Amino acid sequence: MDRFETHSYDILVVGAGGAGLRAAIEAATQGASVGLLCKSLLGKAHTVMAEGGVAAALANTDARDSWQVHFRDTMRGGKLLNNWRMAQLLAQEAPARVNELEAWGALFDRTSDGRILQRNFGGHQYPRLAHVGDRTGLEMIRTLQDKTVQQRSLDVYMECTVARLLKDGDRISGAFAYRRDTGRFLVLRAKAVVLATGGIGRTYKINSNSWEYTGDGHALAYGAGADLIDMEFVQFHPTGMVWPLSVRGILVTEGVRGEGGVLKNSKGERFMFRYIPEMFRKDFADTEEEANRWVADVIAGRKAEVRRPPELLTRDVVARAITQEVREGRGSPHGGAFLDIASRRTPEEIRKKLPSMFQQFHELADVDITQQAMEVGPTTHYMMGGIRVHPETQAATVPGLFAAGEVAGGLHGANRLGGNSLSDLLVFGRRAGASAAAYAKARTGEPQVRTDQVEAIAAELVVPFERAGEENPYAVQEALQEMMGTYVGIARSEDDLKHALAEIEKLRARAARVRVPGHRQYNPGWHTTLDLDNLLTVSEAVTRAAIERRESRGAHTRVEYPESDKRFGAVNVIVRRQGETMAVVQEPLPQVPDELKPVLAGEA
Amino acid sequence: MEEAHLKIFRGDRDSGAFQDYAVPLHEGMVVLDAIHFVQAHQATDLACRWNCKAGRCGSCSAEVNGKPKLMCMTRMDQFPAGTPITVAPMKAFPVIKDLVCDVSWNYEVNKRIPPFNPRPPEADGTWRMHQFDIDRVQEFRKCIECFLCQDVCHVLRDHDKKDSFAGPRFLVRMASLEMHPLDVTSRTAYIKDQGGIGYCNITKCCTEVCPESIHITDNAIIPLKERVVDDFYDPVRRLVRWLTGQQ
Repeated sequence: MDRFETHSYDILVVGAGGAGLRAAIEAATQGASVGLLCKSLLGKAHTVMAEGGVAAALANTDARDSWQVHFRDTMRGGKLLNNWRMAQLLAQEAPARVNELEAWGALFDRTSDGRILQRNFGGHQYPRLAHVGDRTGLEMIRTLQDKTVQQRSLDVYMECTVARLLKDGDRISGAFAYRRDTGRFLVLRAKAVVLATGGIGRTYKINSNSWEYTGDGHALAYGAGADLIDMEFVQFHPTGMVWPLSVRGILVTEGVRGEGGVLKNSKGERFMFRYIPEMFRKDFADTEEEANRWVADVIAGRKAEVRRPPELLTRDVVARAITQEVREGRGSPHGGAFLDIASRRTPEEIRKKLPSMFQQFHELADVDITQQAMEVGPTTHYMMGGIRVHPETQAATVPGLFAAGEVAGGLHGANRLGGNSLSDLLVFGRRAGASAAAYAKARTGEPQVRTDQVEAIAAELVVPFERAGEENPYAVQEALQEMMGTYVGIARSEDDLKHALAEIEKLRARAARVRVPGHRQYNPGWHTTLDLDNLLTVSEAVTRAAIERRESRGAHTRVEYPESDKRFGAVNVIVRRQGETMAVVQEPLPQVPDELKPVLAGEA
Repeated sequence: MEEAHLKIFRGDRDSGAFQDYAVPLHEGMVVLDAIHFVQAHQATDLACRWNCKAGRCGSCSAEVNGKPKLMCMTRMDQFPAGTPITVAPMKAFPVIKDLVCDVSWNYEVNKRIPPFNPRPPEADGTWRMHQFDIDRVQEFRKCIECFLCQDVCHVLRDHDKKDSFAGPRFLVRMASLEMHPLDVTSRTAYIKDQGGIGYCNITKCCTEVCPESIHITDNAIIPLKERVVDDFYDPVRRLVRWLTGQQ
């Protein structure tokens, strides 16, 4: 083992997006030594792509807002499948976390009285998203990044990927990683590991995620024996770019609709009025006139007294509506819907509030969004499911393992509200960092790493250079993405899902024949090959969980069971490793306590 | 189908050469798509960085036909058909492999900048700021750290003054701290001595290549130069400092 570069820390944080950075800052502040690993360069994680804003009931823009309303919106958006305690903590702690960012140098857009300005977003009853134009994620990641590098006892490892978690008996004892730039291996001993690796978007062809989002944390935790929950809930964001092909899937912020943008089909109809679910009927405008009045109020900075436009329904509803319009022959020329802000706001306002969208369409699609409508359609965006964690400590079911952000499950239930991801990163990143630090302090004995185990992992990782196979890693990845989009997409059937399982086995066999040329130094073909294992594990978990949930709820639609089913509303689907097979079981969902029931009903 | 011809740098710190690749063109294609095509079909070990593919993360910086660019925002249809397109790594930093450079120096520079230090908050623990007071700092905070400005700056690119000049990116960062309405630390001495602002002779090359259209020279560097002059070279202030014994 001496041949590997080795380091020891109290805490290892895997992933340097918002959750990982916030966890690392917290753990370091509490006196722990911290190693922080990022798959890319520091500051490039997907948080940087978050556009619309961070949801927090600051009540700056509308004084009627409170944590109770935020809690209720989050639970209803998640179709009541959320872990209620996580939703409560999110709503209660988000305002302090946002204010803290200002203390660290972030600069959000302002209200006229100098406070943090908040914008409207899907599923949020009041304007709640603190934002910086449409580049809120950049502001957040840069603020956290600059705070992180000021911490003593914190080392950043850029362009490093964790290949396996290491265990010492039942407990986590560190991780085995490789450096992308040199290809060399790293043994990182740690008393606790915080996984903050983000999502799984690259399992689908049309997605809004970068190459990094290969479900690494989900697969690492699964491999280490931790439970995954809610894996059937993959969020398809309703508005991704659809044309040209080169940009297909790139996100168009919900902020466009928050700023008054409307969705139309090829006949020019504002079709969202036809798709308001019963549960939300009393909260949404049923005429264009009412919806337009709401927008006029919001633009003028008045308290909106009428109901919200149906374009601001939750993402699962809007994505299904667009899919339906396209299926019934009312789609845009490239198979999407029209998103129109040009006829709603002045060019100056659009450029001020949506500068990145303006630039993105102008440079990549030759569309001037101040004059023309955008063509948009669903794109794989976010994973609601993830590592099962304790709602307050973020501890996974394996001692010494913690998870925060997208890789953790439970908070968002069956569908995440826009803006809740950024608050999730801050609230639960901080909690994970703090509880990992406390765990490390209390842990007895130094973490042990077994030489034979480490040698075996190192040998496995270099196999793709040595074997005789002929498969190309990119081709296998693309085949998996196509397959998942076709058979485990927005509308799912048992036949399709079972077919997908069989396809996953075939793809696994192909992955085992991938051979990569070249050497270990900065070799993306090799990295893609290693990522394939994670993608396959996660794809199988999503598919198996989707088979188990025989109902439609939030982001999960089963064509044979188009309605929600009370019985399934009371359970989480859990995926865990049992020997070499993937076990799927149902477990009761933690029940909302009596004192919160009136809050949920909107009576408190 | 129409094809584009690319000459892509393949090699490392010690040696390398441009190699030819043919790539089918499609509507709306960007240079990064072409690189990905080569990676997927012709050279699986071709190294490049990328993340967001939408001009937000600043990972895919390279020199396309000699110009510092984000590959994800550089359209293929702007180049004349039939002429080869060269893609090379940024010149101001050491090559690791192919299109990937060692940009770690930038992270070291950032770490040393005196951090944000706000004035005490109001009674409720927060601050009041007006939009017009933060507009100019928000411009600087648009920076995506693509380091193209660092790459094009002749002080770094041609004279390799990395030991004494922080470069446009970090002068922008220092400006964002200096002009932050809440910050109370003065960094003018740091900007003059460690930042090496005197090396900048305002050729504006950095401003020209900034994909976020930040007015690096006019809005960040020149005002910082003025602050340094005010604090260190203004004869009246010098006299006052001398008389009062201030630093």
